[in-house]
Amino acid sequence: MNYRYCNPTLLLLMCVAGSALAARTDITVGMVLEPPNLDPTGGAAAAIDEVVYANIFEGLTRFGPDGSVRPALADGWEIEDEGVRYVFSLHPDVTFHDGSDFTADDVKFSIDRAMAEGSTNAQKGLFANIDNVEIINPEKVAINLKQADGNLLFNLAWGDAVMLDEASAGDAATNPIGTGPFRFDKWVQGDRIEMVRYDDYWGKPVKLDKAVFKFISEPTAAYSAILAGDVDAFPNYPAPENLAQLDADPRFSVVLGSTEGETILAMNNAVPPLDDIRVRQAVAHAINRDEIIDGAMYGYGTPIGTHFAPHNPAYLDLTSKNAHDPDAARALLKEAGHETGLSLSLKLPPPAYARRGGEIIAAQLRDVGIATEIENLEWAQWLEQVFKAKDFNLTIVSHTEPMDIGIYANPDYYFQYDNPELQALMTDFGSETDPEKRTGMLQQAQQMIADDHVNGFLFQLAKTGVAASKLKGLWENSPTQANDLTAVYWDE
Amino acid sequence: MLHYLFRRSVALLATLVVASLIVFLVIEVVPGDPASYMLGMNAQPDTVAALRAELGLDQSRTLRYLHWVSGMLHGDFGRSYTYRTPVADMVADRLWVSLPLAIYALTLSTLIAFPAGIWAASRRGRLADSAVMGFTQLGIAVPNFWFALLLVMLFAIQLGWFSAGGFAGWDSGVLASLKSLTLPAVSLALPQAAILTRVMRSSLLDVLHDDFMRTARAKGLSARQALLRHALRNAMIPVLTIMGLQFSFLIAGAIIIENVFFLPGLGRLIFQSIAQRDLIVVESVVMLLVFAVVMVTFLVDVAYAWVDPRLRHQRR
Repeated sequence: MNYRYCNPTLLLLMCVAGSALAARTDITVGMVLEPPNLDPTGGAAAAIDEVVYANIFEGLTRFGPDGSVRPALADGWEIEDEGVRYVFSLHPDVTFHDGSDFTADDVKFSIDRAMAEGSTNAQKGLFANIDNVEIINPEKVAINLKQADGNLLFNLAWGDAVMLDEASAGDAATNPIGTGPFRFDKWVQGDRIEMVRYDDYWGKPVKLDKAVFKFISEPTAAYSAILAGDVDAFPNYPAPENLAQLDADPRFSVVLGSTEGETILAMNNAVPPLDDIRVRQAVAHAINRDEIIDGAMYGYGTPIGTHFAPHNPAYLDLTSKNAHDPDAARALLKEAGHETGLSLSLKLPPPAYARRGGEIIAAQLRDVGIATEIENLEWAQWLEQVFKAKDFNLTIVSHTEPMDIGIYANPDYYFQYDNPELQALMTDFGSETDPEKRTGMLQQAQQMIADDHVNGFLFQLAKTGVAASKLKGLWENSPTQANDLTAVYWDE
Repeated sequence: MLHYLFRRSVALLATLVVASLIVFLVIEVVPGDPASYMLGMNAQPDTVAALRAELGLDQSRTLRYLHWVSGMLHGDFGRSYTYRTPVADMVADRLWVSLPLAIYALTLSTLIAFPAGIWAASRRGRLADSAVMGFTQLGIAVPNFWFALLLVMLFAIQLGWFSAGGFAGWDSGVLASLKSLTLPAVSLALPQAAILTRVMRSSLLDVLHDDFMRTARAKGLSARQALLRHALRNAMIPVLTIMGLQFSFLIAGAIIIENVFFLPGLGRLIFQSIAQRDLIVVESVVMLLVFAVVMVTFLVDVAYAWVDPRLRHQRR
């Protein structure tokens, strides 16, 4: 061996030169679903936020990677009049991608637009408690509430509450103009969306200068795209069956995180026989969560015993309350007068957790004497039959909105749980601003719905992401549906 | 010839009218409201009502049908509910992928099938014939998506010659675009070529024993000359029919291959639109496909008349 070629200084120099040349500044992110449009304030599709949230559009507040609410376009706020008035001071020198200034007018316009009579905002409920928006000066704006509300800062962090400019809001569906670090460039429908760095961004400049979102719905195609290097990252990778293989490959890293998706076996609480708590409890005891997580999700998922995300500090582990116990289930059924067995409809939307999980749950229910009639539905049909018409006994669905335990306080919600005690608790929760008391109330609510066996609580959906191993800064968890690229860079 | 064309055109128009009615009715009957789909689970009823009004879904069925048909006659296919862009533009974008892909695949399959079919027919019963027949058997039996996956594993993942899918876009150059269509075209072409080879061979064998072939040989033509000059032309009608069917299939039916290679083609557009209850897109695209299929059939009919003069002079 000739030592001349092993000069350490030379090697180091070569490495430095090499990395300086090789550091990439672009990224291609794979997504399963293409967003139908790009206006996060005009549709419910998660894919919209997965493209635009924090990249193109920003709100007054935003979610951080850990789910905490952080300042965004508002760099500070004061809470006045015992929580019914929030005064926000806006970040100065913020411009929209078309060059116009972001001011208090835009805040008023955006929130008024979302609250308006004919608004098509999918989360209009977030704004229900807002009385009016008052412009104090171009850099100061007050939001006056109908009653004290500890949720306001959280609500304003949603993608549905981002800031738009009056001049461009109408075209946001196809030409989104926001204040974020990336500017929309082009959309090849059915294939990809491209965005480029916005050089006049007010905040910390991003390291990437180009980001492409590519839409690949077929799991096998996603796998080949990752292997062939056509996409650099797949934050919600659709083929859990080959995650182990990708993890063993040094070119890729597999990141497992949590989401806000509580996956439940929802029961129709208002229609016999599931209006009987004994029958609901029997169903709960018939379920073996580990079997479902292993069988339907290839082991990815955290068991839950109530409708709450395990990574939240207020979470209570109540899985023992509704643990797998077929004998108890049979006894309860007998007590409820169903010893000869009973038959329930089980309506399944398209995702794999529902279709694969449904088969396993059907087998588990059969074991305790409950026959199920499985019906596979498309999303549109599911919304119509199950969600709207409440024509079902059982269904499986993942509730992906953050902190959505409040749905249990709505007796008209599709599983039709009507408990005045919980409703009163959630009303109090809405106006409580003391963090400690809020935590206590959330835990009380978790207990209540677990005690009442409102639904079968299955597991928290895992976020299974795959990325090139040199790619850093992607979100590990999914506190909201987003692919925030602001901190992403290539470490080469 | 004119009379023949006229009769075909009337049939074409009638097909289109009936098809438009069926398409509209079938799609309207399918449950699922586009507005509630778009707004999701947390939407409030007044929000859904507002969106329904915005999309024009609150009008009566008859009105919407008439509106749709009269729009189409003006070349206005309506505006997609979900994408909020004109359907015509969306379809045009997708056609720029689907049409070249279909032509590419059909060209490949013709280039394989014609020589292979002729060769097998001229060597009937010999080793070459059996070999070609064996391969076509395999080509028909192998599902094209599985073949596509094999191509991806070899050429994209192992060798890295092609990307695993996606479409470069014509603005990034003709060669780059054709390159991204190559693996999909090959996977579509092979099963088609297998079928076409068999049709070509059996159709040729049928005419080889006709009287005019004996006459041709008696005139002094070699077997090869007789085959190429006389038999081939007479054997073309079944082959053209199959090609027409295959081409119509390729435009809209490439959906599985489009999914494997994540190509933004027409098939995927329909698939997505059905899931999203983007009714107007589904209706218009299906109608367009009906039109395309009817047109291809019409052109094939015209081509019959061109290869077979007897059809041209048919009178009633």
